[in-house]
Amino acid sequence: MSTSEAKAPMSDVAMIELLHVKKSFGAVSVLKDISLRVPRGGVVALIGPSGSGKSTLLRCLNLLTIPESGVIRVGQSTMDFTNGHKLPRDKELAAFRARTGMVFQNFNLFPHMSAMQNVMEGPVTVLKVRPDEARKTALALLDKVGLKDKADVAPDKLSGGQKQRVAIARALAMKPEVMLFDEATSALDPELVGEVLAVVRQLAAEGMTMVLVTHEMAFAREVADTVVFMRDGVVVEDGPARQVIDTPREAATRAFLSHFHSGRLPAAAASA
Amino acid sequence: MHYEWSFGFLLQYSKLIGVGTAYTIGFTIITAITGFIVGCIVAIASLSNMRLISSPLVMLVEIFRCTPVLVQLVWIYYALPVLIGVELSPAVAAFISLSLYGGAFYSEIIRGGIVSIDPGQWDAGRALGMRRFDLMRRIVMPQALKRMIPPLVNQAVLQLKNTSLLSVLAVPDLLYQGQLITSATYRPLETYTMIAVIYFIILFPMTRVARVLEARLAH
Repeated sequence: MSTSEAKAPMSDVAMIELLHVKKSFGAVSVLKDISLRVPRGGVVALIGPSGSGKSTLLRCLNLLTIPESGVIRVGQSTMDFTNGHKLPRDKELAAFRARTGMVFQNFNLFPHMSAMQNVMEGPVTVLKVRPDEARKTALALLDKVGLKDKADVAPDKLSGGQKQRVAIARALAMKPEVMLFDEATSALDPELVGEVLAVVRQLAAEGMTMVLVTHEMAFAREVADTVVFMRDGVVVEDGPARQVIDTPREAATRAFLSHFHSGRLPAAAASA
Repeated sequence: MHYEWSFGFLLQYSKLIGVGTAYTIGFTIITAITGFIVGCIVAIASLSNMRLISSPLVMLVEIFRCTPVLVQLVWIYYALPVLIGVELSPAVAAFISLSLYGGAFYSEIIRGGIVSIDPGQWDAGRALGMRRFDLMRRIVMPQALKRMIPPLVNQAVLQLKNTSLLSVLAVPDLLYQGQLITSATYRPLETYTMIAVIYFIILFPMTRVARVLEARLAH
């Protein structure tokens, strides 16, 4: 089966498109036939209990996890995993991943490099950008996340919030078409969450296409256009962020959201 | 019992001793390098999914880990030529066995160093679009090497001590020269004392360096 889109103008075509994606680990089916569309500039929040498959779904978007079947398209690149298609080679995977930026729960900064070198690494090694040019871009990005003065500092000398902002700068340095956030604030002390969310908020305002796996319901409600609630490997409910979070249709969504009662208070404070 | 120590006579054998020391150090350096290369290949193969390549290599490593190096040395010198029909000089036989023996242990150190790197580091490199080789070269190896250095130095210390077994094949290493001097002078006490002292002088600084590196890389 072929899924290459007709030559529609890009604005009409989703930036990210998933069709019938399935994945299991051993006997456990983690993703059961997931389809998802994210328009250009759209921000989607994936919410759900742990084990719901939302992180796996996110990792499928840049093929850190290879789905068993389904089709994944980001921008112009399509990866087809339906029966009969060969698994992509290292080179194809790398090229695909280079166009998406990912931010991890545990930062995963390269500890043997300074903040600046972390941000330069992708452009220099993967995109073969000249080091002096990459340095300029890196400095601008560190400035953007408010860490220009930490350029030469090693990751272990940075706070969690600072590490995560460097990690965002590192992902942005690849000039990605989409940004993926895998519980980017879950490992942070509560007082450091805000500085990271502020950067994400700014990216959303700039029109970056983003998919966020998050437990920050207030933030999802504020920044995301669409919220997707997952449980047991299926999408239970999706829709406009405020509608899904404020007036969920499904009982499962309501049950899940009832754990986040207090979530709405900071949202009100943030938007005030 | 009274023994008259006299080390003076050894001076006239200084050339022999010098050659022996050179052989010992030379063999250690060369086989440490080839052993490291063998170790890298085996480690990377055993971490890859290529069963066809990795399982014979892993088997080879186990053979070299689970038999004494003296047996390997003798086997490669006397038995291997029968199998392959090519005569091996003692030095070549010694080179092969010490390289493979060292490689067997290096491969475990290297493999351990690589798997000790947080999977998140691989994820981060892959997410940037790095290919396998760059990921190894830029992200994994620089971190893993740091952790491998102390055990690699320790293994090199053992490697140097193992070169004393070369004397069995009449390779003129330090111990072999000592045997020559003893049979010429009938003074084993001074001769072997001096041999031991030379080994110590070479190895003691190495173990110190390993200790310092370990302490410095610990945090």
